[in-house]
Amino acid sequence: MKKLFLILGKRVLALLYLLGGLSYLASQTFYWLFIPPFKKERIFEQCKKAGMDSLPIVSLIAFFIGVIMALQTAYQMQRLGAEMYIGSIVALSMVRELGPVITALIVAGRVGASITAEIGSMQVTEQVDALQTLATSPIKYLVVPRLLALSIMEPLLTLYANIIGIFGGYLICVYRLGVSSGMYRYITFSALLYKDLFTGLFKALFFGMIIAFVSCYEGFKVEGGAEGVGKATAQAVVTMFILIIAFDCLFTALFYFIFP
Amino acid sequence: MIEIKELTRSFNTHKVLDSLNLTIEKGTTCVIIGRSGCGKSVLLKHIVRVLIPEKGKIYIEGKDLDTLNEKELDNLRLRIGLVFQGGALFDSLTVGENVGFGLIEHTKISHKELLEKIEEALSLVGLCGIGNLMPAELSGGMKKRVALARAICVKPDIILYDEPTTGVDPITADSINELIKALHDKLKVTSVVVTHDMKSAYRVADRIAMLYQGKIIAEGTPEEIQNTQHPVVHQFINGLAQGPITETLDSFR
Repeated sequence: MKKLFLILGKRVLALLYLLGGLSYLASQTFYWLFIPPFKKERIFEQCKKAGMDSLPIVSLIAFFIGVIMALQTAYQMQRLGAEMYIGSIVALSMVRELGPVITALIVAGRVGASITAEIGSMQVTEQVDALQTLATSPIKYLVVPRLLALSIMEPLLTLYANIIGIFGGYLICVYRLGVSSGMYRYITFSALLYKDLFTGLFKALFFGMIIAFVSCYEGFKVEGGAEGVGKATAQAVVTMFILIIAFDCLFTALFYFIFP
Repeated sequence: MIEIKELTRSFNTHKVLDSLNLTIEKGTTCVIIGRSGCGKSVLLKHIVRVLIPEKGKIYIEGKDLDTLNEKELDNLRLRIGLVFQGGALFDSLTVGENVGFGLIEHTKISHKELLEKIEEALSLVGLCGIGNLMPAELSGGMKKRVALARAICVKPDIILYDEPTTGVDPITADSINELIKALHDKLKVTSVVVTHDMKSAYRVADRIAMLYQGKIIAEGTPEEIQNTQHPVVHQFINGLAQGPITETLDSFR
């Protein structure tokens, strides 16, 4: 019993340590966000890495999710003879839930992990210390551009994933289930409200910030060479996945009650 | 002048620096010797305030580092160049961008002027025309020289060298020593060199200080250190396997 409490206590302390560290990093980042000089090219470079380079994988996964959603919904809807409503279910699921979450998980695994590995390698090779000795804040130089890039690109990628997912559903409904193209489009757009889109994009923005903070935080924490970088990268991905799903649950519940 | 007073720093429970006192006069080259892992690099990182002391004070040109705000500290850091043991070059930037990093970040000089200053710094370390290479394309010795070029590009008053000759061949090591001496003579900078390479220490030092168990246990000119009767210093500078340093270690086993 004592052992159980000890393990539990350690876990709680680790969680508090993580939340404290993330909060400190976030406060420092928001402070440095408004301190000149502002180097646009650094943000564009990160936008390209986080956004443009993620387009192929996001396209592929979003398309498959749209197709799978349409097929799984058709399984039930065909029994009721309501195939034409598949479009609205696919659209709402993508825009409110699957688009933001799937995109965030992809970006966390692809971009977040690479940020942790990059900053972690910089940490163990003393490049982070070198930044400080050259009178440059590592937070200003490394975290601020990544936070801005992920906050901009994550909602844009989500919007793109929504469109591709809905397109995947469209192909199944129109070419396999015999729903007319016009009907699919009408059902899709009549079901979607602006609030659905905005709640989805708000989630995406928040997930982008989670990915930036967690990946950078774990990178700065790296100790002990290559093994440390590997461990930190794995830890960062696990933490990002848990936080994304947990906050998705929280926001979904919150939006359900605020905008019923 | 750099004054270090009662500097104390621990990692976990291990006290690495223990009430360390050291004064380095302006324009001199002070070599700090000691075994690997004795806290020499930690000491350098305190001077440039990458690490913050637990106890004690560091004064640079009479200014207490504890009392400086962020901006004052950055201005001071721009007057100090630290050459890291492994170079610590930014591997996403070219050699030229690495060398000119301080100028790119903190000045508004024209592109032409920037290129001139980068080339000037690279020529001082004998590496003209490699500005477009990436750090991954350089050898260990070249990386150390580029790191040195990065440190001197902002024209610092103080240069700190962290084991500049470790891990390079004897010829490159000798050319780095020559370079340290030449920079000291040409730029009149205050230099602090951390090393356990005694040949290098005798070559570049005006004064040598030995760090042992967190304290400076001996300090003097190269001749004084060579002729010392201090058993610990004697064992270290002569590289003897038997002596008080290893006896202390044996007692822990």
